[in-house]
Amino acid sequence: MRYIDPHIHMVSRVTDDYQRMAQAGCVAVTEPAFWAGFDRSSPQGFYDYYVQLTEVEPKRAAQFGIKHHCWICINPKEAEDVGFAREVIALIPQFLEKPGVLGVGEIGLNKNSKNELEILEAQIDLAAKHNQLVLVHTPHLEDKLKGTMLIMDAIANDGRIAPDRVLIDHVEEHTVGHVLSRGYWAGMTLYPETKMTPQRAADVIECYGQERLWINSAGDWGCSDPLAVPKCQQEMKLRGHTPETIERISYDNPLTFLSQSGRFSIE
Amino acid sequence: MADPPDHSCPLPSDGVINRYFMEHRAKLLDIAAFLDRLDRSEAPESTEADFRVEAMRRAIQLLVDEKGERAKRILELFSDPTTDPIPAAPMKGATGAYKEPTP
Ligand SMILES: [Zn+2]
Repeated sequence: MRYIDPHIHMVSRVTDDYQRMAQAGCVAVTEPAFWAGFDRSSPQGFYDYYVQLTEVEPKRAAQFGIKHHCWICINPKEAEDVGFAREVIALIPQFLEKPGVLGVGEIGLNKNSKNELEILEAQIDLAAKHNQLVLVHTPHLEDKLKGTMLIMDAIANDGRIAPDRVLIDHVEEHTVGHVLSRGYWAGMTLYPETKMTPQRAADVIECYGQERLWINSAGDWGCSDPLAVPKCQQEMKLRGHTPETIERISYDNPLTFLSQSGRFSIE
Repeated sequence: MADPPDHSCPLPSDGVINRYFMEHRAKLLDIAAFLDRLDRSEAPESTEADFRVEAMRRAIQLLVDEKGERAKRILELFSDPTTDPIPAAPMKGATGAYKEPTP
């Protein structure tokens, strides 16, 4: 069954993963800019990463018929040094012009600190000025609920970006209702250990419906599974969900949200 | 437009049990063995006070209170209940449970 993985960090995956994903039905991926597992030592390090996202990965994906798109930003884990982060933000506008760039992301919070919030606000401003879609990273574990609320308040306080142009990712049972009720899109990340399992994601779909909801693998350099989306499709199928429902969550919904960028294509 | 969710699982309850019981039986035993391991480890008085284990013991109570939305309420129990940004990020990671600041 075809699918889109709208959040996966392919720079950290081997080429064989693209092959396996294509075999499992993947037709397109979108890759948000994130932390590399270590702090980059200069803004130039980010520049090179953005080149990798916009030029190298689309070619690697195309070998297997997968369309690659990306999001550009400085991630919240490297936002504590505000001066450094502002230097990186100054590099971003030139990349927002490139084909295949869908918006600003994944911005958000990590430990819910004042400096992280300042850089989040700066990037909300950047997205608003350039009329970009936004992909949001929410903190993990005990920091998630508070961080999700702070992020939604920051976007609402800015007021220029409509909630339906923002996807709030890594929702779990305690945040999904808050996100959907305020009009945002919600992403569920399927992770082997610390986040949602395919079973829990299927539970959330049953409890909260199919509107403005998608699933992704967020596969990266850590313990993660680039085939998490087809595994969730399988879970839903075994539970008796219809092919239409499964396709809606794993293909139609990402297509609808991402197409708002005017740059998303699966052709 | 899709129909609003009716909150029901498409599987009948015996299907849910047949499909998931063994998996969750094993996970329950993992928790039991973890608590037994803690009992057998050195310095039990300090682990007794560990904020993560203390949160887990409270979370386990929610499993049997028959009030529903257990996953959501357990996640809320582990969450930082404060609402203001913290002055500075002390680390990049998270511990899995909220720790009250020491006065
Ligand atoms: Zn990510």
